[in-house]
Amino acid sequence: MQKPLPRIVTPAAAITGGLLLSALLIMAAGRNPLAMYAKMVSMTFGSTYGTGQVIFRTTTLVLAGLAVAIPFRAKLFNIGGEGQILAGAFTAAVTAAFLPSWTPAPAAIAIAALAGAAAGSAMGLSAGLLKVRYGVNEVISTIMLNFIIQGFTSYMLTNHLALPSTAHTPDIIDATIIPALWQHSPANYSVLLAGGTTLAGYFLLFRTRFGFEMRACGLNAEAAAHAGIDTGMHTLYAMAAGGAAAGLVAANLVLGYRHCFEAGLTAGIGFTGIAVALLAKAHPLWILPSALLFGFMEYGGLSVNAYVPKEIFMMMQAVIIIMVLVMQKK
Amino acid sequence: MSTTALELSGITKRFGSFTANSDISLSIRKGSIHAIAGENGAGKSTLSNIIYGLVQPDAGTLYVDGNPCRFSSPRKAIEAGIGMVHQHFMLSGTLSVMENILLGDERQGLLWPCRRSKARQDITGIAERHGMQLDPDAMIENLSVGEEQRVEILKLLYRNAQLLLLDEPTAVLAPAETRKLFSSLRSLRDEGRTIILITHKLDEVLDLADNVSIMRKGEITATLPCSETSKQELARLMVGRNVVLQAENPPHTPGAPLLEIDELSLQAGNGRPRLEKLSMTIRKGEIYGLAGVEGNGQSELLQLLWGMLPDNARTTGSARLDGKELTGLRPVDIAALGVSCVPEDRHRHAAIGQFSIEDNMLLGRHREKTFVRGSGFDSRSREQLSRDITTHYDLRTGNGTNQAFESLSGGNQQKIIAGRELSRPALRLLLLGQPTRGVDIGAIELIHKKILEARQAGVAILLISTELEEIITLSTRIGCIYKGKIRHEFSPEEVQEGRTTPGTFSESIGMHIT
Repeated sequence: MQKPLPRIVTPAAAITGGLLLSALLIMAAGRNPLAMYAKMVSMTFGSTYGTGQVIFRTTTLVLAGLAVAIPFRAKLFNIGGEGQILAGAFTAAVTAAFLPSWTPAPAAIAIAALAGAAAGSAMGLSAGLLKVRYGVNEVISTIMLNFIIQGFTSYMLTNHLALPSTAHTPDIIDATIIPALWQHSPANYSVLLAGGTTLAGYFLLFRTRFGFEMRACGLNAEAAAHAGIDTGMHTLYAMAAGGAAAGLVAANLVLGYRHCFEAGLTAGIGFTGIAVALLAKAHPLWILPSALLFGFMEYGGLSVNAYVPKEIFMMMQAVIIIMVLVMQKK
Repeated sequence: MSTTALELSGITKRFGSFTANSDISLSIRKGSIHAIAGENGAGKSTLSNIIYGLVQPDAGTLYVDGNPCRFSSPRKAIEAGIGMVHQHFMLSGTLSVMENILLGDERQGLLWPCRRSKARQDITGIAERHGMQLDPDAMIENLSVGEEQRVEILKLLYRNAQLLLLDEPTAVLAPAETRKLFSSLRSLRDEGRTIILITHKLDEVLDLADNVSIMRKGEITATLPCSETSKQELARLMVGRNVVLQAENPPHTPGAPLLEIDELSLQAGNGRPRLEKLSMTIRKGEIYGLAGVEGNGQSELLQLLWGMLPDNARTTGSARLDGKELTGLRPVDIAALGVSCVPEDRHRHAAIGQFSIEDNMLLGRHREKTFVRGSGFDSRSREQLSRDITTHYDLRTGNGTNQAFESLSGGNQQKIIAGRELSRPALRLLLLGQPTRGVDIGAIELIHKKILEARQAGVAILLISTELEEIITLSTRIGCIYKGKIRHEFSPEEVQEGRTTPGTFSESIGMHIT
């Protein structure tokens, strides 16, 4: 009967805890933690390049976080963000490279991004179908699908698509390139796409009848079924939507930044996406600050790597997530 | 030796600004059955949790056998000889009866083998002494609810609990099992143990208890010996006004048949027959009461009529609503025909605990055109619905309809479900599964009134209940279900007459359902 704490308290406490713990580690590495934190801030938000890097990483993580958060609302744990992002990036890069060069820019970008989203969505949907039709747990099937798509893309790249003596596909055509926000910045206009997708996700979940039904399925599937809601269909929708968000990461990584597909381009993003979604408690709007924090830690950690090992900040991310989970349980 | 098993003095417990227990003082005589009765939300559960050490009081003292005690956990309470049987059992389904009883009290070092034969002897000994026969090697998952409850009680007796707290022990039991439980409890009392019975069923209080304390709004309003009181008096003390335990049910003439069930058979996935050529007809403007001991096919009938049968169940025969076949339809199609359903299990099937009250009022009715606007909901008609249910069903929600459904008391929750289902537009058939299970008298009275109003408006109603009193009070006709078929049907005239002598009438119904 106690009043629930405001929802900011748990993550704030977790982040503070994470900062304190990594301060200890930084001290153990023989550096002054305050100076290191100050340096992280000045190397990121203190410079245009650093800011661009943080925005670029945040864009990716927003979409990767949504890929986990939307299925989570239907009580599905999508561990397959990794594979869905990979499928999206691969498909988008190949589509964008082989589009006829006369395609007008907006259409070309839309086609390539949608191809990526469709590929990610198909991956998610496969896991959904396995669950609804055969009762296969989505955690297991998405992990297996990760392996499958990894093997497939890596085979296609080395044996068929890579340019001679490189590990990447041909460059995408100019019309499919999403312009950078400013010169020499990895951040590009796909940040708007990520923002729009977040708003759409929020609207879908909390402002539509569709979202009402989906959340009902997630909280109490049996009661939802009694209320005439088709829980199986919502499993499919949720996995497809999550996969599509993951596939859209391709817009930022391929169309906005790397302009081709290469081995290892997407490695690890899907798993950080799980962390982003957990810290945001699977709420689409909270994904934005959560992704920003992780984007900042990722690049901030990299920028002070010369002084302290960047692995400390990977540990810090994990500590924050564990603390969030611990505090939720009480 | 003190003659007082348990004494409470000035116990107070607050949750935030809400006082659940206020200055409760009570003394319970050793070797007696003491009932604590009250409406839902009166503070009974908090009080029992304090006695059992699950909740710490803010003020006041507990005396066990005259010694002041403070239990920081249930384990401490058990060591002091206090045991509790919760409403929801805490057994491990994949272990045997004996293993569940031994669990946590193996009386052996961690890595030593249990002395099973000794334990088996002890357990069967206790069980037989109190008429609680059980096969110690049966798996919990194969037991009936009544048997599971016996395991819970045996667990406490094996730990030599002298004071047993039972929270709504009969809520899940059929009449026959209830009688068995009561005779076991009497035998335990005669052995000198003390039993505290938390309940809101006054008949059971008068039947079983020696003394009764009535709780209202967190306070004890009276403690009386059961021999010197009456149901009417207790009811008045509980709700603070004179309740009509028998709802007004004037004679009436039902209309044409609406739901026709013809030789309906149903086999569960494991091949066990659940319904066997069951036939019945429900007319417009009549309440068909389906009386029966739980597990005789009522749940399956309800699932079937609401399109919620598991995939692997097989059916033959037909159930037609105004000529339209219902079997094979989905809940959404059935609802669209003007059918409403109050499922038996409120928490699992009727509502979503974390959703707001308002969202739950809409659940299952969220496709109706009135509430739809664009891709979302029309806020004005939503608010209208929630205002209507709040006023017509006398909801006491404290602070508005945006709080979580699960924060409400059982009675208020059930009023919301009833309000949602009964106010469905163009309602023709109403399926009710245990519509007042686990709710307080005030809510029962109101829900009964609403059901009778719906009948008056021409709705055909199927009432499934294990409470014979409820069936007798409300029904136009009564069907007795036994092993998946209607064994006997009482005509409207018989029911009308039976209502004048409910005691003998429930006995003759009892003959047909056991």
